Amino acid sequence: MCLGVPGKILAIDGLTATVDFFGVKKELRLDIVDEPVTVGDYVLNHVGFAISRIPPEEVQETLALFDQVLELSGAKEDLMAADVRGEIAAGQDVREPSAKAKA
Amino acid sequence: MDTKQRIGPKAGAPQKIGLKHGSGGRAMRQLIEEVFLTLASPVDGIGLAALDDGAALRVGDRWLVLTTDSHVVHPIFFPGGDIGRISVSGTVNDLAMMGATEPLGLTCAVILEEGFPREDLERVVRSMRDTAREAGAPIVTGDTKVMGKGQVDGIVINTAGVALTDRVVTDAGLRAGDVVIVTGCIGDHGMAVMARRHDLRLEGDLRSDVAPVNGLIRAVLAAGGEDVVAMKDPTRGGVAGVLHELAAKGKVGIVVDEPALPVNDEVRAAGEMIGIDPLLVANEGKAVIGVRARAADRVLAALRAHPQGLRAAIIARAVAERPGAVILDTGFGKRMLAEPEGELLPRIC
Amino acid sequence: MAAQDLFEQLKFRDPTRARALAAALERNVQAMGREVSVMHVCGSHEQAIARFGLRAVLPQGLNLIMGPGCPVCVTDGPEVDEAVALALQGVRVCTYGDMLRLPGTARSLADAQADGGKVEIVYSVSQAVELARQHPAEQVVFLASGFETTAVATAAVILSGVPENFSVLSVHKYVPAAMELVAASPETKIEGYLAAGHAAIITGWAIFEPFAARTHAPVAVAGFEPLDILAALVKVTELMKEGRPEVANVYPRCVTREGNLPAQRSLWKVFRLRDGRWRGIADVAGGNLDLTPAYAHLDARSRFTIDTAAVRNDDAEEEAKGCICGSIMLGLARPTDCALFGKVCVPESPVGSCMVSSEGQCRIWHTYGGLPDLRKVG
Repeated sequence: MCLGVPGKILAIDGLTATVDFFGVKKELRLDIVDEPVTVGDYVLNHVGFAISRIPPEEVQETLALFDQVLELSGAKEDLMAADVRGEIAAGQDVREPSAKAKA
Repeated sequence: MDTKQRIGPKAGAPQKIGLKHGSGGRAMRQLIEEVFLTLASPVDGIGLAALDDGAALRVGDRWLVLTTDSHVVHPIFFPGGDIGRISVSGTVNDLAMMGATEPLGLTCAVILEEGFPREDLERVVRSMRDTAREAGAPIVTGDTKVMGKGQVDGIVINTAGVALTDRVVTDAGLRAGDVVIVTGCIGDHGMAVMARRHDLRLEGDLRSDVAPVNGLIRAVLAAGGEDVVAMKDPTRGGVAGVLHELAAKGKVGIVVDEPALPVNDEVRAAGEMIGIDPLLVANEGKAVIGVRARAADRVLAALRAHPQGLRAAIIARAVAERPGAVILDTGFGKRMLAEPEGELLPRIC
Repeated sequence: MAAQDLFEQLKFRDPTRARALAAALERNVQAMGREVSVMHVCGSHEQAIARFGLRAVLPQGLNLIMGPGCPVCVTDGPEVDEAVALALQGVRVCTYGDMLRLPGTARSLADAQADGGKVEIVYSVSQAVELARQHPAEQVVFLASGFETTAVATAAVILSGVPENFSVLSVHKYVPAAMELVAASPETKIEGYLAAGHAAIITGWAIFEPFAARTHAPVAVAGFEPLDILAALVKVTELMKEGRPEVANVYPRCVTREGNLPAQRSLWKVFRLRDGRWRGIADVAGGNLDLTPAYAHLDARSRFTIDTAAVRNDDAEEEAKGCICGSIMLGLARPTDCALFGKVCVPESPVGSCMVSSEGQCRIWHTYGGLPDLRKVG
């Protein structure tokens, strides 16, 4: 178990990828990750293997998820800082309707 | 004591010296206190018992500052420097940390392993010469020994340095209300060496920051004068180790502003990947400086005007609460910053 | 987007959102009107919580307890004895760094190394395989530690082919078995769980549904950044408040319902579950991962006669010394409840396994200062 750091694939040679972790490069094995990956994809590292691909749009979607979690817990407008409100307004994706029911 | 009941290494004083005793952390400090301090005797000035970066002995109305270091770093050539540059810089910097920024002379004693390539030796010596020139510190005497193959690991260099100064800056002067400044990015040397040595297969622009900083400190002292109250260079044990010493010797608590710490992206990334905090690893071209609050801006400006101090930043302040403790404000919440333990081992991934 | 911005984005560490989430968490806990306990089962979660000082922002009524989430900590003494015996028998033993200092019933691999045994630290099982290729005349054994997520890496390497002089000594553990144990314990008052995000990448989140239904406790799958953890806590406390024992995936950027099916197939091709002894916790049904008979030829336990007589101590009893790691790992006690913590038991001379591993709760608390109230300092 470990705090996997996301890195960006720079090159792929068979089952080995050269991954850039914000300036530090490492080789990762691709045996485990269950979808095709290409140069430019972000992956999560665990003991020298890429275990998951992180689609870049997921970054915004995750932020939107957090904000939705806030909304559903009854967070009032005045509790959210102006910049958080700004981020939400700036165009998040709309998530699944099943999560929309208010408490 | 019934040893059958015990699991694991014995508690209490170890019978054999381990690698941790040289790592600059708590284990080394304990060994020094338990064994080496028996060598101390009273002197007119700052002697062994102070466990500072060097000794300061009164000579007339000035101070003679004296320091010594042995260098066993491996690999001997690493990105950003080599063992030669580190030995000269280390000694020049120790003198500077005591307030003595104009070294009178350095010694250079070398122990070589039989079979050591002459070309490597010449490269190391060239590096020492260049670094000494950079620091304005003449190498004035030395010694050479050769030991049989396998009896010593490649090359060991000991350097000693001597300088005169009017005012000694110790590492015990921090008081509540003072601020702590670091002269640049932290963790460069340690992370560069660790990433290579442990065969972690990390490639990146991790370079040692090894450099003599006596010129930089000269600028600091010119700007801050008597308001510069504590200085220490964060070599083994890192900035964390130094902060603990400053807190303990000054009998103050120190609160570190983690988001304010200057860290290079690559060092930060490498640290995350191998699970080692840049605060805990060695720096070989930086200083941690305790300054009275009123002089902080002046000193910071002087640092940032110097090519070696561009990333200088205020990273902490001394408080009256919890003397001896070092507390990290992460931006989310506060927690204790541990004293470096011993040999750092990268984590499972 | 500048490199630094993206870094911060991907790391989900924005303090403003963190504060908003913490406030939401406070409201959920207050709405329940009593003290509630949530358990996580992951050393990396505890690391993140401690490292970012998150406990300082958790509401007073919320106990966030660490369960048996440190795979090194639950590796039993006799299992380490096997590795120590092999190292002293002349085999080159490769191990992840954390296992190096874990004592067996008497000695650790570090001790074996000091006594001349060949022990190597590796950061990936592939490195161990490479070492085997580089030393064809030697036997190389990989001490396979870690939970099932790490076991997937071991399986991958085995399936891609290893040299004849390579074998595996498996001490892998299976974390869902531990969750079952905690939930079944009568003393447990856990009302919600955080599931480890990385394990869930492999297993998927659906496997927690029967668990949640049976225990009537909601499960939130959480990532490892501060915002991930806070958001998962908000979600799980909300489900607790509403009495909904459901599974919420709060790590959708990496975790899916079914998980990584090829990885699961590889795992169960190479490994199978068996009952095992977890250090400090005694028997855990289905808690250990062993190599299947098809891979017996790569099983160090089949290849070698491992004689631990010379390296073990049959009278070793950590409990006799006052070590309460077992209770700590089950979430029944905290490191600060232990009389040895920070005094006799410190990282340089650990008594119990929780102090040895960087994922162990005692070690984490010792490193990051436990639970001092630092709110008023500075």
